[in-house]
Amino acid sequence: MNQRRRVTLNVAGVLVLLVALWEGYRAAALALGNTWPGTGVSLPIVVRGSGNAAQFPHTWEIVAAFWRPYRGGGELLGTFLLGELAYTMREVAVGFVLGVLLGFLLGVLFRHSPLAERGLMPYVIASQTVPFIAFAPILVVSVNQVDFLPVWMGVAVLSMYLVFFPMTINTLRGLRAAPATAEELMRSLAVSWWTRLWKLRVPAAVPFLFVGMKIGATAAVVGAIVGEISAPSSAGIGGAIFAFGRVSNNSLQLFATTLVAGALGIVTYLIVVLAERRVMRVYEGTGS
Amino acid sequence: MTTSEDQRAPLADGGPSSPSAEPADGRPLVSVRGVTKRFGADTDAVTALSDVSLDVPDGAFWSLIGPSGCGKSTLLRVMGDLIAPTEGSVTVGGRSAAEARKARDYGMVFQKPTLFNWRTVRRNVELPLEVLGMPKEQRRERAMAMLELVELGEFGNKRPAQLSGGMQQRVAIARALSFEPSLLLMDEPFGALDEITRERMNDELLRIWQRLKTTVVFVTHSIPEAVFLSSHIVVMSPRPGRVLREIDVDLPHPRDESTRESARYFELVTEVRETLREAQQL
Repeated sequence: MNQRRRVTLNVAGVLVLLVALWEGYRAAALALGNTWPGTGVSLPIVVRGSGNAAQFPHTWEIVAAFWRPYRGGGELLGTFLLGELAYTMREVAVGFVLGVLLGFLLGVLFRHSPLAERGLMPYVIASQTVPFIAFAPILVVSVNQVDFLPVWMGVAVLSMYLVFFPMTINTLRGLRAAPATAEELMRSLAVSWWTRLWKLRVPAAVPFLFVGMKIGATAAVVGAIVGEISAPSSAGIGGAIFAFGRVSNNSLQLFATTLVAGALGIVTYLIVVLAERRVMRVYEGTGS
Repeated sequence: MTTSEDQRAPLADGGPSSPSAEPADGRPLVSVRGVTKRFGADTDAVTALSDVSLDVPDGAFWSLIGPSGCGKSTLLRVMGDLIAPTEGSVTVGGRSAAEARKARDYGMVFQKPTLFNWRTVRRNVELPLEVLGMPKEQRRERAMAMLELVELGEFGNKRPAQLSGGMQQRVAIARALSFEPSLLLMDEPFGALDEITRERMNDELLRIWQRLKTTVVFVTHSIPEAVFLSSHIVVMSPRPGRVLREIDVDLPHPRDESTRESARYFELVTEVRETLREAQQL
């Protein structure tokens, strides 16, 4: 209970600090006429205008936008974004689960077969050195060509693409983490490869699996948002960012939507952290 | 599996698992023949063991002692088929070391306890029994009996990390003996413990050995430990690792504190020490 209160205070403190920095910068820039004092050099971010066309709106204007109709009367922005959020969350969840499974299986394969590791690892690494934004549209559109897959699957696959890599690397590290004597013990008991995997290597890898999943959680959200921005359907939070940023050029709605995207990233990460905490309590035997 | 269960007398009965009453009846259980082990490529290969031959009788307690680099741990690993010899062969009860390992003839204890902290103490002891496919109830009973044997009966539900180093090593011994292997291989099991704990562990190990009559091969670099525990000591020397001398330990059983203060004990300790000093001068 005490710890929960401390966490709440910390979060509130960080939020207050961010708002203060934002508003402080805004006020200073206006007072200085958007230039460095004594020079004609422009500040990095220019504060100009107000309302929907504002270049650096007040924080409260952004928050208030959630309760305003987002398009010529009718549905509120907040309600609209909740719907889009649900759409994006499905892509994130599917992409995350597929990425974790693929990464885990590749890790197991590479641990089992040095030949497979030598042969395939270069391609796994190469897949991540290509800037994924560059081929996100191709990937999303290609997956959407497959008839029996739902429209959002293209984005989920891009999300998976970012998740599987940290998962592969951390699974492999984890499966190698058992001490040499533990491996010798299993050998002395003449166990099968399968038994060794499930009774020694996978349990020893558990903390590493969570490292992979935590990195993967934030990557899944990045993949989904970028995928949606690239997708022709312009659905989901990424689709909304594209619409407000490029089409209607509404800065309040764009900032508000970005805020939702950020919150989604944090929440996804926290879900994995909470799962980790629960599992580790059982794993370490420190639970009640 | 069921027949072997029937042959193995349950520990709860308190009797020794092997019918032989004498610790060493002269019949060799482990036969090491001309074992040489080289590590590395041909040109810069290091010879860890050079032409080692030994016959460990059934029920005996043998120690391998020598300075670091004498190949004692390597020899133990060759015996247990954890590594293959470059030349020579090992047989255990007439079978090759590989066959013996597949028949689960070996119990291993390492310097580090090597317990799995994601399992409770009891389930660590159950691990070999799980691998052997023993039913749940039966292996739970056996694990508890083994923990009683090492005097950790109340710690079954703790995690290994909650136990002291000496207690953890006792759990490792319980685990190694839980499936009643014919040969117990121990690689400096008490090397990381303080002197007082080590002596207590020595007493405990002898008590268990007296009761179970399992053949033990024990690697150590402690002279008092080797003399106190063993029926036979193999003194090894390094570069290349080889057998320098074998010494029979004729101290009577049961051994206890008075053994450590006896004149014969000191004579034997001195004998081993002088042999080791010779080894250093070679």
